[in-house]
Amino acid sequence: MSLQKFISEAISPWMKNEGPDTDIVLSSRVRLARNLSDTPFPIVSTKENLEENISLVDTKFANKSHRKFGQMELLKMDDMKKNEKRVLVEKHLISPNLSDESKAGAVLLSEDESLSIMINEEDHFRIQVLLSGFQLKDGLIFANEIDDWMEDKVDFAFEEKRGYLTSCPTNVGTGLRASVMMHLPALVITRQMNRILPAINQLGLVVRGIYGEGSEALGNLFQISNQMTLGKSEEDIVEDLRSVVTQLIQQERAARESLLQQSKLQMEDRVYRSYGILSYSRTIESKEATQRLSDVRLGIDMGLIDDVSGNILNELMILTQPGFLQQYAGEILSTEQRDQRRATLIRERLKLENKN
Amino acid sequence: MLCQECQQKQATLHFTKIINGEKTEFHICETCAKEKGEYIPGSNSFSIHQLLSGLLDVEQSISPSSEGIIQPKKQLTCKNCGMTYQQFAEIGRFGCSKCYEEFNVKLDPIFKRIHSGNATHAGKIPKRKGKDLHIHKEIDHLKQEMQHYISKEEFEQAAEIRDKIRSLEKSLNSKEEE
Repeated sequence: MSLQKFISEAISPWMKNEGPDTDIVLSSRVRLARNLSDTPFPIVSTKENLEENISLVDTKFANKSHRKFGQMELLKMDDMKKNEKRVLVEKHLISPNLSDESKAGAVLLSEDESLSIMINEEDHFRIQVLLSGFQLKDGLIFANEIDDWMEDKVDFAFEEKRGYLTSCPTNVGTGLRASVMMHLPALVITRQMNRILPAINQLGLVVRGIYGEGSEALGNLFQISNQMTLGKSEEDIVEDLRSVVTQLIQQERAARESLLQQSKLQMEDRVYRSYGILSYSRTIESKEATQRLSDVRLGIDMGLIDDVSGNILNELMILTQPGFLQQYAGEILSTEQRDQRRATLIRERLKLENKN
Repeated sequence: MLCQECQQKQATLHFTKIINGEKTEFHICETCAKEKGEYIPGSNSFSIHQLLSGLLDVEQSISPSSEGIIQPKKQLTCKNCGMTYQQFAEIGRFGCSKCYEEFNVKLDPIFKRIHSGNATHAGKIPKRKGKDLHIHKEIDHLKQEMQHYISKEEFEQAAEIRDKIRSLEKSLNSKEEE
């Protein structure tokens, strides 16, 4: 398979859309946790019960066309190979938990992959909408539409006092988790992030690196989401997150501006060194690749590098993960093989860029 | 880099431990980390549910002396799925929607701790199933409005609203009889 074809098939269609503020907010995600009112939650349910739940989805929702999201496809975890599931995890379409732990897991996917409904994860249903850029409000609107669409045909567990009932008490009420993935290199370089993080936590929001907690996030990528789900309306939860993200965007832009003014040469040196390493290395670990890609992306956004397109970070961040590398290679790879493949893939991808 | 424990899988967790000023670096894979039981922030080895169960298990932490003594007090048990409150406290998750009713007496303080002092839902109501709830909320809202007019001695408007409330209540009653 040619690299171009592989990339176009591997990248979710929703990722190709340019959203607002994509230079800093890579993606916005809204998920709603929902459960059937009478069936026990997946954690105590029997496999038979869970399979019934899947066939319920199969008859009522799969292969039905939704006016916004179009045709939906149902994928059962039991029918998939390990690496196929891994690729879905790396695309953030399913959780590792659904892939590995669920007794009878499945996912309903829209064609453009912006909508995924996980079935029999911790809750019976997890409706998830993924959009590129900073589009939390739209994310909530779309997730609500799908929620109504489903509720029209099945009874969700709901109580006036507690709201939507979920398996974990941290999700009860709205069942809403809204999050954004942000690229904040300038705030990290200028060491402002360590000061900002505790403040964000105090506002009831959670900040994580994409590979777990800790302020020194890999590739300067931070995921910010709401913690509280009970006692606030969905709109307020999203609005509170939105206002913090808006401020972070402003701070990041200001930090980039001052870096450009005060240390342009050092910045140029930094981003071009990383560009050089990505262009010529023969083997590269994922940790280093992520950091170098972040540098190059910053260079593009600051106008220091102008012959590479901006979405290369989003794209290569996804493509250089183990599952994708193995899918491209068509076989299971050892760590050394993966590092080598990763370097090759990045080199070839950058070459494509220079040709265009 | 290979995991320094099993030498087979790729090391995905890298952390530094400092005990009495002595620094040790670890590079291990997730499986070995779980087996070793090392506390690693951000990894799944210490899950949110374990944290939660500390929060939920209020009774046990208050009365450690009860250990080993047969408790005469009856356990709260969910009739629908069979989960006991003790099990809920251990795994940090409800077994079914009915658990919320069965354990209701204990839930307010838990929810308040998790959700910054809130224990009552203030968000979306399901469209179809919650139709009656919509009407109840509408009635509450109208009653407030009526009081407002009464206090301003605008009785005509108040009467109008009173009629609206009556017709809404009627529609609710007729539904219940169906």
